[in-house]
Amino acid sequence: MIFPQPPVGATDLAWLKERLVLDAEAADLLDVAYRVVDTPVGPLLLAGTTVGLVRVAYVADGCDTVLDELAQRIGPRILDAPHRLDPVVRQLDEYFAGTRTHFDVPLDLRLAHGFRREVITRLSEIDYGRTASYGQVAASAGNPRAVRAVGTACARNPLPVVVPCHRVVRSDGSMGQYVGGTDAKHQLLQLESSVAGGGV
Amino acid sequence: MSMPRPDHAKCALPPFERVVTEHGATVLRVCRALLGATDADDAWSETFLAALRAYPELPPGSNVEAWLVTIAHRKAIDIHRARSHNPVPTDTVPECSSTMGVPGAGDDELWTAVAGLPFTQRAALVYHYVGGLPYTEIGPILGNSPAAARRAAADGRAALRARLSTETGSRS
Repeated sequence: MIFPQPPVGATDLAWLKERLVLDAEAADLLDVAYRVVDTPVGPLLLAGTTVGLVRVAYVADGCDTVLDELAQRIGPRILDAPHRLDPVVRQLDEYFAGTRTHFDVPLDLRLAHGFRREVITRLSEIDYGRTASYGQVAASAGNPRAVRAVGTACARNPLPVVVPCHRVVRSDGSMGQYVGGTDAKHQLLQLESSVAGGGV
Repeated sequence: MSMPRPDHAKCALPPFERVVTEHGATVLRVCRALLGATDADDAWSETFLAALRAYPELPPGSNVEAWLVTIAHRKAIDIHRARSHNPVPTDTVPECSSTMGVPGAGDDELWTAVAGLPFTQRAALVYHYVGGLPYTEIGPILGNSPAAARRAAADGRAALRARLSTETGSRS
């Protein structure tokens, strides 16, 4: 006896999924809400907790690794729930359009600890359109000799773009590495210098 | 050393989004075959919300499909009981729409016949043929043994054969 499978359309599932997200948020059941947005530097995954933005990640190679890490470190109740991230998306659009020079959204820094967290906190003090060397950031974080540790903290910045680790460069003026690739770093620095230097 | 939440750190549950992506369609098919299209949407929603709530307690390595169908089964029983114990009296008989979705959209004769079976037979057939679950998983879901689940499915199949063979208006 052959049982045909009842047909299930993609739109039916999309609607049910949307309803699940609304129910989950109403019941405060989500550990993490995320969405992926296209930007001039490639697709970015944005993830938020009830505290604030907890993760920004370059996801040209897919989201699985990042989502697995969030499930393990924060909690597995994770859904693609776009609305919680709306303010961040709006500010990113403005940033890439050159009309925003700093981000004003609540941040959840729970993924950075100890000295790395100290570094992350200092990064936001580097003005838009400016750069600082790894050594300068080490000094401002209270440990001038921890240049390599600053490099590691930047490489593991859980909130790239929003927390501007791209503004940290080598003391010889060369760009140095970047979590989103050197092309993305170059693009961000160029955008900022052209906006900051606009009209000159 | 950073240990944000030891209870989560040691478990390897995938993000729930992946559970929805991988099992959403199958669970909806199960709900539709078991309950018809109208009640199926509510059953699906309640199942996944309950699953999301309980998800962190799911032992890693569990059969996620069987776990979801177990939850869906409880929701289906609630809906089935509400339907059969609380018939709503009415003066006007409503136009009877198909409970199995859009007529002609699939081979709905068979599913219409399945809908006429006793609940346990229907559930055993749906979980096996739509959910793809073995009878070793279906027994516990129905609250009986794998052998009893297999027997319920066999009885259901026999009843369907008898019913369909008496109908000559079949399209095929």
